[in-house]
Amino acid sequence: MRQIVWLLFCREWRLAWRRPGDLLNPLVFFALVVSLFPLAVGPEPSMLRAMAPGVIWVAALLATLLSLDGLFRSDYEDGSLEQWVLSPHPLELMVLVKVLHHWLVSGLAMVVLAPLFGMMLALPVSVLPVLVLTLLLGTPILSLLGAVGAALTVGLKSGGVLLALLILPLYIPVLILGTGAMDAALQGMPVTGFMLWLGCLAVLALTLAPFAIAAGLRIGVSE
Amino acid sequence: MYNGARLIQVPVALKYSGRSPVNMSHPPRRFGVKVKPLPVELDGLACERDQRELFASLSLRLEPGEVLQVAGPNGSGKTSLLRIMAGLLSPSAGDMRYGGESVYRGAGRENWRQQRLFIGHAPAVKGALTAEENLAWLCALSNPVTTDQIWQALEQVGLRGFEDVPCHNLSAGQHRRVALARLYLEQHPVWILDEPFTAIDKAGVAALEGHIMQHAEQGGLVIMTTHHGLDHLPGVRCLDLGQVN
Repeated sequence: MRQIVWLLFCREWRLAWRRPGDLLNPLVFFALVVSLFPLAVGPEPSMLRAMAPGVIWVAALLATLLSLDGLFRSDYEDGSLEQWVLSPHPLELMVLVKVLHHWLVSGLAMVVLAPLFGMMLALPVSVLPVLVLTLLLGTPILSLLGAVGAALTVGLKSGGVLLALLILPLYIPVLILGTGAMDAALQGMPVTGFMLWLGCLAVLALTLAPFAIAAGLRIGVSE
Repeated sequence: MYNGARLIQVPVALKYSGRSPVNMSHPPRRFGVKVKPLPVELDGLACERDQRELFASLSLRLEPGEVLQVAGPNGSGKTSLLRIMAGLLSPSAGDMRYGGESVYRGAGRENWRQQRLFIGHAPAVKGALTAEENLAWLCALSNPVTTDQIWQALEQVGLRGFEDVPCHNLSAGQHRRVALARLYLEQHPVWILDEPFTAIDKAGVAALEGHIMQHAEQGGLVIMTTHHGLDHLPGVRCLDLGQVN
């Protein structure tokens, strides 16, 4: 069991690094959106500060959604998914590893870069740890929920729009909690409640999403 | 004849005539794994796709050591039948049993996962990975194999020297050969092969036929579709889906 997890991780790692363009896409999108905002709305620090949580979170959310569209597509098209479904190893575990790997190479980079963009949007340094923590808890939820949609739309030629329609409603609680925590921190109020909710959703997504993803893929493969 | 557990050995010295002589310095590979080939029974199997009946009440019994060629015109349900047998699709009616146990329920289903090897129309070979990396992962999905075993298998499908080449640099036939190298690596007694000869040259097809017959002789079971005639092979059963309907 441990061996298959490790081998799958290595496989995903190799695949990701041999196509670095796919890896950079969400990150570049995130950076572009966040850095274009000050140019568009003007450099007034108080306004930027008020907008920063929303801008960073929406950019992270859309970047994740964009990158997830193709998560299972190439494996579906070349027949790899069939082999996964037929394998005696639990499909749920394999998809969990795949999604977590995807988060490690795309979501984690956004989390790491977020303080930099926070400062660019005039966020006070004292709020930056809260920003990192909300994203650290929130982006895995976005990846896992998005993967459910990606699994359900895997057999469709142009699943991108449908994926957005399916998944965006599920993203809204995460978005509200993430930006809510940031607003509270900006006003000097406690953020523990928001963090606990985000943590709770993250645990829920980690435990339940793999089953939904695996079920979606089984349906997709049997089409 | 089949009696009790027996040893299936994956054959070693299968030559691609004139292509790559088998290097005898390699020790012959022997799997000492005991697998128990059991009969496969189809019982009133039916398949419906898009409200169109492809086949119905298909019943058949395959003993260990048999090769079944599923034939029929395009769209007659060959691939669907193979996918149903592999467990990717559920039949609209009927059941399939391996050794008397249904392969769609309970313990029989888990057991079937260990017993059958399915190589579909899409070969599951990743272009960005090398032949060796592809095979290491595909085999790990059932039983991990060593690099040495992979190199030997690649040699037997005539891909010596291509072990480290990313598969998108290989031709269509070589791509297919990478997938078929699994037949030399995996230990499943039942093979389900969908058009295995696609894009393979004459010498390759002959070698593959030899390998399939050898697997059958050792008690294995092969179910395959192909448009390539297998009449010259002894003891190949043919199921024509065009006539079933």
